[in-house]
Amino acid sequence: MMHTWHFSEMAYHPAWAHLNESYRVIIPSRLYDPKIGADLYHRYLDEWALCDELGINIMTNEHHATATCADSVCTIPMAILARETKKVRLLALGMPIANRENPIRVAEEYSMLDVISRGRIEMGFVKGVPFEISPANSNPADLMERFWEAHDLILKAMTSQDGPFSWEGTHFHYRSVNIWPRPYQQPHPPVWMPVGSAGSAVEAASRGITIGTLNTGWACTPGIFEAYRKTAAETGHSGALDKLAYMALIGVGRTREEGWRRADQILDYSRTSGVVSPQFANPPGYVPPAMAATAIKGSATTARATRLQTRDGKPINPRTVGVEDAIGAGLVFAGTPDDVWDQLKSFYDHVGGFGHLLMMGQGGHISHEDTVDNLTLFSKEVLPRLSELG
Amino acid sequence: MERIAIGETTVEALVAGSGPPLLFLHGLDYFAQHRAFLDRLAGQFRVIAPRHPGFGASPRPRWMRGVGDIAYLYLDLLDRLALDDVLLVGASFGGWVAMELGVRSNAQLSGLILIDSLGVKFGGRDEAEIADIYALPAEEVVCRTFADPAKAPDYDSLDDAAVEEVARDREAAVLYGWRPYMHNPSLSRWLHRIKVPALVVWGEADRIVAPAYGAHLTQRLQRATFAPIANAGHYPQVEQPEAVATAIESFARENAR
Repeated sequence: MMHTWHFSEMAYHPAWAHLNESYRVIIPSRLYDPKIGADLYHRYLDEWALCDELGINIMTNEHHATATCADSVCTIPMAILARETKKVRLLALGMPIANRENPIRVAEEYSMLDVISRGRIEMGFVKGVPFEISPANSNPADLMERFWEAHDLILKAMTSQDGPFSWEGTHFHYRSVNIWPRPYQQPHPPVWMPVGSAGSAVEAASRGITIGTLNTGWACTPGIFEAYRKTAAETGHSGALDKLAYMALIGVGRTREEGWRRADQILDYSRTSGVVSPQFANPPGYVPPAMAATAIKGSATTARATRLQTRDGKPINPRTVGVEDAIGAGLVFAGTPDDVWDQLKSFYDHVGGFGHLLMMGQGGHISHEDTVDNLTLFSKEVLPRLSELG
Repeated sequence: MERIAIGETTVEALVAGSGPPLLFLHGLDYFAQHRAFLDRLAGQFRVIAPRHPGFGASPRPRWMRGVGDIAYLYLDLLDRLALDDVLLVGASFGGWVAMELGVRSNAQLSGLILIDSLGVKFGGRDEAEIADIYALPAEEVVCRTFADPAKAPDYDSLDDAAVEEVARDREAAVLYGWRPYMHNPSLSRWLHRIKVPALVVWGEADRIVAPAYGAHLTQRLQRATFAPIANAGHYPQVEQPEAVATAIESFARENAR
């Protein structure tokens, strides 16, 4: 059974016309009009709330100091939707736990959400993209060490039910950890993390964590999923389909033209989200020295651009990519419901299957009406066929 | 380069020359470009220039993450090599290490020389006295670092191993100096513990940390004089190795015991 999740970054796209070199980190907030921003927040929340009727689960995330994503606290829309929805599951993919000072607060937020939603929370922990380092002022050189310590502490806090424990780690120090409420799901809500490489997939698989790959496409996804399945088998964890998620941008229409137009508008997400001044894209220590060396020599942009390619091996540039190439690269499924099904099925078989489709059904400039129709068409015409998979 | 075992770790070190011992503590970047300067000093001194743990080929024990740890490591190094009357020279980030060492113990030092040092804070909470090199475009960092940016090393022409070493240097600098940014908030309150004569050398064109900061540092040290270097930025020992070496040699002569 394939599960579908609707994902939006709640972009503040009205500022994009004023941006050029960077959509992130250094852009002045005077470009944000709170009145327009309020309308956008309510609109995006309405689209998520609709998913409860459509049978599509909900996925949020967070970014900071950016016009590409106005969701700076992923648990805030989750909190609203925990009460506005009744049926679907709620995933944050997720919480940048190496960038948050207080893992106990993260455990409390997720636990409280889990209880309010009566056990519908899936909790994602993310390393965070490099341009999140500056807004968080977190040290990039020991980021993953801090990530795993926070992960361990959060899970211990959620699962300890016999009063306080102390924690004297490398990065976090507490005399008395004793969170209330404890989570609704026992022992704790399912844990997810996004991964972009086989190495990270191995880390996740060896801990039984569900992975989601974002923007890895036709070329990179098979190796990541294969590494996960292999490590899961070796370490005695589940490598079943429901441990693997893939994000695609999806545009469904009554005609192929309508589906492609919607996908083209959503693709503005890919065209804007990596636009950032280079010094914020490569903070020292964020990647190992051998990888960082290529950035020092100035080839980082090239490396990023060529990582994505179509199934025919044609390199694509995410900043300028069109719908046809994006479909070819497995980043987008678009067209009529039949088109979308065919592309999805073909990708599914190519990567060896996955149990969660993270559907970016809203992104870029796509209107509310188009988003609602996109989600509704998907729900009515594509979703029923997903049971044919796996 | 030699490898010197100190306790549970080892450091890679350039050791050259003979004469009174001089411990040189390098800065954030451009270690490979220090050769002319260190060779010149080796004519008068026994120069020992270790790579800090995590920099170059020196390993960093996982627990070692503070500048104070590096300071203790070098106090152990002085013991290990049985050195006395050491002239301690610290540049940029290495100046911070040198001050942390000096406030812990002066016993084996004959003098302290700081070159465009980081490590202390004088101004208020809204004043960033040390340029944020991680938030500025790379070209601007080069312009602020060198009086003559045209002479800055061209990383594009280096081989992969050399560039990887630069990447390691930068990662280590970030590990030690990310937050608080390149300083210890209370270090300026303990500078009175450095009782040996001091020389504060500063590139007049340094726009990573301005000469006014160096002048302030000079006032806070008990027995310090200020030596501005013309046509030099944050690494005067790289841009003007003769002038800086000459200043160090005269300081050593004047303060000879």
